[in-house]
Amino acid sequence: MPITRVDKDLDAHTMTVVAEYDAPVERVWQLYADPRQLERIWGPPTWPATVVDHDLRPGGRVTYFMTGPEGEKAAGYWDVVEVEAPRRFVVNDGFADDTGQPNPDLPTTRMELELAERAGGGTTMTVFSTFASTDAMKQMIAMGMEEGMREAMGQIDGILTEAA
Amino acid sequence: MVVDELLSTPATDKVFRALADATRRDIVRTVLVQAHSVSALARQYPMSFAAVQKHVAVLEEAGLVSKQRRGRESLVRGDVDRVRDARRALDALELLWRDRVAQMDQILAEDP
Repeated sequence: MPITRVDKDLDAHTMTVVAEYDAPVERVWQLYADPRQLERIWGPPTWPATVVDHDLRPGGRVTYFMTGPEGEKAAGYWDVVEVEAPRRFVVNDGFADDTGQPNPDLPTTRMELELAERAGGGTTMTVFSTFASTDAMKQMIAMGMEEGMREAMGQIDGILTEAA
Repeated sequence: MVVDELLSTPATDKVFRALADATRRDIVRTVLVQAHSVSALARQYPMSFAAVQKHVAVLEEAGLVSKQRRGRESLVRGDVDRVRDARRALDALELLWRDRVAQMDQILAEDP
């Protein structure tokens, strides 16, 4: 697993994830800059994502929906705040309604993603997430994603056990 | 269904509101270690008995602590399971990112 660090701050509602890849910064950036690659990483394995609009520029918007195991759909969007290709972007990730329109009644999660060159090659990715409110955290669970995530973690653990 | 069940329980929301205050967090930490009477808690903070009592009431409402009658005093103790529950959203986000990182790795592995 390329994750090297996970820090959670329960009081501040923040989480930092650090991961390392052998690929160069420009290549890792493409995973987010290319909608066809982004949709392969964004949803949990049981809730694959489809990216609809993809305007990764300050003021732009990225829209997506995820499809659950029973065909249920969960739509979301990013309001793009900052972009410094290929090293950093900041978005507010929110929930959308069935037609893909942002739901202003539901809170957003701020996500700051940074890519840095590792000494000796490769990329360090740091993702800093901030829940806007307690409601944002509740919605996160309520979207029903937790079960899928747990399942996925079980799969990864299974693979790791086999490899050992 | 899971979604409906979770939406109908405002527990997580209440927990975070309760833990948003530094004094209340400190009270939880204190009574998780050992049960305290409200007056014993009140002596630890530069505020009135009534103010501390109010904090305890918020924590009780969130299910983070419970009060138990002991003679003419009420003993406050912490509910460990509920404090853990407050971590669920962050744990869920962590799992989501673990998936994403693994899926990024998979795509990168396909590169020639």
